[in-house]
Amino acid sequence: MVRPIKPVIFLLALIPFLYLLIKALQNDLGPDPAQALSIETGEWTLRFLFLTLAITPLRQTFGIVEIARLRRMIGLFTFFYATIHLVSWMAFILGFRWFAIAEELIDRPYITIGFAAYIILFSLGVTSTNSMVRRLGRNWKRLHKLIYLASVLAIIHLLWILRTDITEAVIYGTLLIILLGYRVLRKLKSKLV
Amino acid sequence: MLIKKPSDIKPSEITPEAMYRNRREFIKDGTNFLAGSVGIGSSLTSLAQDGDALKARAPAAMRRSPPASWWAEKFSSIKPAPDSEPNFTGESLTPYEDVTIYNNFYEFGMNKADPATRSGEFKTEPWTVEITGEVAKPGKYDLENILKPVDLEERIYRLRCVEAWSMVIPWIGFPLADLIKQFEPTSKAKFVEFETIVDSDSMPGINSRFAIVSWPYREGLRIDEATNPLTFMAVGLYGSYLPAQNGAPMRLVVPWKYGFKSIKSIVKINFRETQPNTTWNDLQANEYGFYANVNPEVHHPRWRQDMERRLPQTLLSRRVIETRMFNGYGEHVAHMYDGMDLASYY
Repeated sequence: MVRPIKPVIFLLALIPFLYLLIKALQNDLGPDPAQALSIETGEWTLRFLFLTLAITPLRQTFGIVEIARLRRMIGLFTFFYATIHLVSWMAFILGFRWFAIAEELIDRPYITIGFAAYIILFSLGVTSTNSMVRRLGRNWKRLHKLIYLASVLAIIHLLWILRTDITEAVIYGTLLIILLGYRVLRKLKSKLV
Repeated sequence: MLIKKPSDIKPSEITPEAMYRNRREFIKDGTNFLAGSVGIGSSLTSLAQDGDALKARAPAAMRRSPPASWWAEKFSSIKPAPDSEPNFTGESLTPYEDVTIYNNFYEFGMNKADPATRSGEFKTEPWTVEITGEVAKPGKYDLENILKPVDLEERIYRLRCVEAWSMVIPWIGFPLADLIKQFEPTSKAKFVEFETIVDSDSMPGINSRFAIVSWPYREGLRIDEATNPLTFMAVGLYGSYLPAQNGAPMRLVVPWKYGFKSIKSIVKINFRETQPNTTWNDLQANEYGFYANVNPEVHHPRWRQDMERRLPQTLLSRRVIETRMFNGYGEHVAHMYDGMDLASYY
C-alpha cells in the first residue's frame, strides 16, 4: 500500500514548484516577481516544515505507521523550497551583488535569522542519506532535533518581516505551539509514567 | 552625498527609441495639421482635447469612465508633460496594468493586489475635503470646487517605494501649491497634515483583526516641501481618472520621498504650526522617519536603500538598479535640507 503513496506525495509536493516555474516562465508573477517568489517559496517552506513536524504526532496519535516513511522526503522538500527562497532573494532582490548579500546577512537581523534556519535545514538535508544516518549513529538524532530550533527561527523570521498585520504569524505560530507542545507534553507524560 | 548631474546622463540613456519615434510622428502630424486652414491656437486646443498630445494614455480597453460628468470636462484639457526633467523622465514607463495592480493601500488589504481587487465598493463621488487649521479660509469643500481654479497637467515621475521597488508613472494633476494658495495659509502654517478617508464599508482592510495600524492614515510635509514646484496632487494617471487602488479621487505625489509619504484618497488637509504625527512614524519610528527622503546612504532596518527593483521585473530582465539621492530630484529639492543631517532626519 505504501509503494504508490510515496511517488504520489512526491509529485504532489512538486506542484507548487512547477506552478511557480510555469508562472515565472510565462512572466505571469505580476510586476514584482521577486516579491511574489519570496512570499510563495517562503510560505511553502513553512508549510513543508510543519508537515515534517506533524508526521511523528500523526503516527503516534492515529497509529499510521506508514507515514513515517514519508518524513525524509517531506523534510527534503522543506530544504528544496528554502533553497529556492534563498536563491530568488539573492537573484531578484539583490541582483547577485555578493557584497550586498554578505552585508545583508550580517546587518539585517531577520535575514541573519532566516539564514541561520537555512543552515540548519542544509545540514539536516545533507545528513539525510542512509549512510549518514549510519555513520552519525546517536548523534544523528541529536543533530536532527535542530529542526525544532529551525522552525522557531523561521517563525521569528516571518514575524519580523510582517509590517502591520500579523494574522499569518499568529496562524503559523499557533501551529508551531501545537506541534512542539505535543512533544513536550508527551515527554512529561512518559516521565510521570 | 552623490547627486548625479543631469549632464552626466546621455540623452540616449534616458529617452527610449519608441518615444523618439512617437514624438517624430506627432511632429509630422502636427505639421500636416498646421498646413491646413486651421489656426495655430485652435489646433493645439483640439490636440489637447483629443489627448493626442499626452505622452501616455491608458490602453483603450482599460480607460475608466468619468466618476461624474464634471470630471470628463476637467480632463478635456490637460497640458502634456514637457520633454525635460524634472517633470518628465524618458525612462521607460511602468505599464498601466502594473501601476494599477501592484499597490500598497492597507485600507483595502495587505497584499499588493488587494487594493485593485477589493475596492469595488469604493465611491469617490461626491467627495469633500475638509480644510482646517492655520488658514484664512477653512471649511468643507466639494472636490469639484477645489479643482475648478487649477489647470491639469501631465507629469512623468519616478516613484520609489521604501520596500526597494520603483516605477515610472505618468500622473495627471496639478502642483499642490496651487491648491494650498486657495485657502490662504497664515504665517503660522509651518506644516501641512493630510488624512485618508476611513470607510469600513468599502475598505475591507480596515476590519482586519490583527492589523496594528490605527486609521485614518496620516501623512505630513513641511510647508516649504508642500509648496515645492515638484510636489504634485494627482487626480489621474495615464491620461485617465485615478483608480481607487492608486488613491482616487485625489492623492499626493512627492517624487523625492519614499512612496508612503504620497498619501492617497485625501479627505482632510490641516495646516499647523508643529510637526504632525504620521502613521508609519508612529508605528515604527526607527524605521520610518518624518522626512523619508529617498537616500541610498541611509538603510532601512528591513530593506537596503542603495538599489531598487524597477518594475516590471521579469526572470530574464531583473532590472536591479542603483537608487539615486532624492530619487534623482536633488537639483530641485536638496536646498531645502541644507545643513540638516539626513542620517538623523531620515
